[in-house]
Amino acid sequence: MFEAIAFYLFSAVTISMFIITVMSKNALYSMSALAAGMIMISGFFFLLDADFLGVVQIIVYTGAVMALYAFGMMFFDATRDVKENIRAPKLVFLLSGMTALLLVLAFVAPIVSDHIQALYPVVDGVENPQAVGIVLFTKYLVPFEVAAVMLLVAMIAGIILAGKKMDESLTLKIDGDEEFQNKGSK
Amino acid sequence: MITLSHYLILSAILFCIGLVGIYRRKNLLMLLFSTEILLNATNVGFAAISKFYGDLTGQMFAFFIVAVAASEVAVGLGLMIVWYKRRGTLDIDSMQSMHG
Repeated sequence: MFEAIAFYLFSAVTISMFIITVMSKNALYSMSALAAGMIMISGFFFLLDADFLGVVQIIVYTGAVMALYAFGMMFFDATRDVKENIRAPKLVFLLSGMTALLLVLAFVAPIVSDHIQALYPVVDGVENPQAVGIVLFTKYLVPFEVAAVMLLVAMIAGIILAGKKMDESLTLKIDGDEEFQNKGSK
Repeated sequence: MITLSHYLILSAILFCIGLVGIYRRKNLLMLLFSTEILLNATNVGFAAISKFYGDLTGQMFAFFIVAVAASEVAVGLGLMIVWYKRRGTLDIDSMQSMHG
């Protein structure tokens, strides 16, 4: 009973938050709505007995990713409305609906046929973080290390990309800027 | 009673919202937000299948998706800052230097 109430509540809030994210004209509102949606998504993970995943979701998404976005917002003018020319909005909804339907069919088809067996069954008497640790550090050790290397590479790339010319102001026009734009338009 | 189908339908709806964002928005920042929505939608699906089939592999995939999303944001934001410094806009329509 409580599970059903929680599920419907979380799903209603998540869907509305993500719709705000997609539809909002203001980048700041959009980011805030996205952060709220992420928190609500972690509620689903707690409902699904994936406690560790829920905690990771809160820490990584609303902690790290949203902080990164907020940091990035300092470079862009966040208070100004996002100007876009949107062509054929109805076609967009139709296309995305069809694509999502196709993807869902493609992924659900093998599940419906009931040929799935649990490779790493959940052990009784072990809490979720422990079980996750057992599987992560035995079967998935190599992907785990590769993910660590990938995060390191991403960190270095981010520092190098964003850190260059950090001392120069963005709002004041830089001379090299217009030079580049002229070069681009030719 | 909440079954696997409920979660999968929710995941599909969230994925659909993300796809609408990808197709509709013309701003790079909004595109990154929409990709976050897509990745989260798949995470919900993975966690649900992991619960209802009693298998931890789904959660493992969700962890790796979270790691990929974090690195994607780091690199994507860096590239966006470089682009904004050069052009002063994040509109995708401004990326037509090849005039295709």
